[in-house]
Amino acid sequence: MAKVIGLTGNEAIAYAVKQCDVDVIAAYPITPQTIMVELLSEYVYNGEINAEFVCVESEHSALSACVGASLTGARVFTATASQGLALMHEMLYVASGLRCPIVMGVANRALSAPLNIHGDHSDMMGSRDCGWMQVYAENAQEAYDWIIQSFKIAEDCRVLLPISVNIDGFILSHSMERVEVLEDEDVSRFLPPRKPVITIDPAKPITVGALCLPDYYFEMKRQQVHALNESYNVIREVNRDFESFTGRKYDLLETYEMSDADVAIISLGSTAGTAKAVARDLRSEGKKVGVIKPWVYRPFPEEDLIKAVGDAEALAVLDRACSFGAPFNALCSDVVAALYRYGKSSVKVFNCVYGLGGRDITPTDIRAIFNEALEVAKTGIVKEQLEFIGVRE
Amino acid sequence: MVRLNELPVEELFTSGHRLCAGCGAGTIMRMTLKAARGPTVVVNATGCVEVASTIYPYTSWKVSWVHVAFENAAAVASGIEAAYKALRRKGLWDKHVDVIAIAGDGGTFDIGIQALSGALERGHDFLYICYDNEAYMNTGIQRSGATPHGAATTTSPAGRRIPGKPEFKKDLIGICAAHGIEYAATASPAYWNDYITKVQRGLEVEGPAVIHVFSPCPLGMRFDSSKSMEVARLAVQTRYWPVYEVEKGKYKLNIKVPQPKPLVDFLKIQGRFSHLFQPEFQHEIEALQRWVDENWSRIASLCGETA
Repeated sequence: MAKVIGLTGNEAIAYAVKQCDVDVIAAYPITPQTIMVELLSEYVYNGEINAEFVCVESEHSALSACVGASLTGARVFTATASQGLALMHEMLYVASGLRCPIVMGVANRALSAPLNIHGDHSDMMGSRDCGWMQVYAENAQEAYDWIIQSFKIAEDCRVLLPISVNIDGFILSHSMERVEVLEDEDVSRFLPPRKPVITIDPAKPITVGALCLPDYYFEMKRQQVHALNESYNVIREVNRDFESFTGRKYDLLETYEMSDADVAIISLGSTAGTAKAVARDLRSEGKKVGVIKPWVYRPFPEEDLIKAVGDAEALAVLDRACSFGAPFNALCSDVVAALYRYGKSSVKVFNCVYGLGGRDITPTDIRAIFNEALEVAKTGIVKEQLEFIGVRE
Repeated sequence: MVRLNELPVEELFTSGHRLCAGCGAGTIMRMTLKAARGPTVVVNATGCVEVASTIYPYTSWKVSWVHVAFENAAAVASGIEAAYKALRRKGLWDKHVDVIAIAGDGGTFDIGIQALSGALERGHDFLYICYDNEAYMNTGIQRSGATPHGAATTTSPAGRRIPGKPEFKKDLIGICAAHGIEYAATASPAYWNDYITKVQRGLEVEGPAVIHVFSPCPLGMRFDSSKSMEVARLAVQTRYWPVYEVEKGKYKLNIKVPQPKPLVDFLKIQGRFSHLFQPEFQHEIEALQRWVDENWSRIASLCGETA
């Protein structure tokens, strides 16, 4: 039976990793992820998990060690944030290119300069094209649940790709919440040991990471695209499996009050929770608003998104990262591309950049965004396609 | 020291690779795997050996071989070593695996020094081999922290004002030994049995071991490809490349050079030093000779030898 305990986002991720029978953890501490690494070291040093903890000298080496470990067939975890993820950037592509099913916890944080330790999505968005699957959690429960599911998704032979589980720095990483945790045996039943397809077993020597010239490189990349496409179904399968274990339902994205919504906010992570609360209030005022929260950002769940948008006429897409110089920011670009591809470019869209460097977004801000969306739906006119919420101009 | 008839006939580093004619690194790789004693995984940093030995879909390696990137061979080796340790403890793996990290001087002295230092400090059981051809030869001869004073490279050219690299070579083994590791050594492929014995020793010790081996490069050092082993031998015989080992902190000179040949014998057969023979740059040869002398007496004294 499940038990309920109080855990912060960092603690929830560490707790989940502890139950997943990992073999190697290689990580480097960085705010706001530090507690995740501290806890995992504690588990290893106390003999609570039978894993090797490689306390590396940088994030670059963290992911390098993870790649090496993963190639042996071991189950591998790492965690980082912000500058650490940026330092890993080179290795992110190697991890996906060598098809290493590494699971990584990311406590999202702003990127320097200027230095800032608080939450935004600049770190992961800066690496959005690295070939990893990318999941955003709304709260500690989701972080816990997605970590357990992530090993199963990543290690599936149809996928074999690394995956990051993102939690908003401080907002989730450091906030204590109610979390229903599984018994260790239940996690073991849900997640059997990794069954690697090919390893560097010296008895069957292989060469990994060869030099691929123009005659083969492109095919390798094409296979990664194929694997990410395959991952849609694997994620859904694992979600269904997890639901039968826990009763908690996951999918590529979550919708809230979307069945008859005129307008919607699309947001990743914890802000979607605030948006749902505001939507509930607005519904009680008779306003038909809803929320779409992609759990999975890569691969982008465009088919599900189009279905979720339904007949809504206006969308406000919230981005907690800045794609400098781009027509839209990351999430909004994907939403607009999906609408266009599915012949729904008549849907009005505007993009709100918010919360950079950990600036709060309040229910009042979100209410204003919903009202603006309702106005757009009514008039058919988008006054401002790109807005910056709560900033001094 | 190992004898020729004790070496396995089997070649685990095969012919057919695309290294240049006369490349010292190819010989070094072949000798390295002659010392392999069982299940082995090689981690290779980006560089000459990596690009020339594994052009997809071909490979010269009959052991498991991994390339990840340029600066992190030691970190990747850490992960592999840790993983086998964990898997063995869980009963999911039953054999000891020798992990050998191989990198050039660029991947070791410069971009890889942090990952190497971290792995040595953490005490992983692996052997790190730096084949030092004294510049970024793979990308076309750019200077590294291992390039000797005065050598011309494309980023330390033999200029009219600055005649080759002004700085001196980094003391790699000093840096590695300062980590308190079990075993560190230098070697030259011209002394094959010394090198192979050291690889065997490096694999035997529990914990990290480092071997720094001179790797003659006909293309980048600019000498005839038939002269590789001669250059590698002269490096030792001129005292340019002292061959010694540091075991548990104790230094030992492995090849004594009681009557060293003049350094110019080593310099004059390499095009990278040819500009130094112009009269106005004579002082640079003298500076390099001084460095060689001081380096030799420093190491000789650490080894308890009278220089």
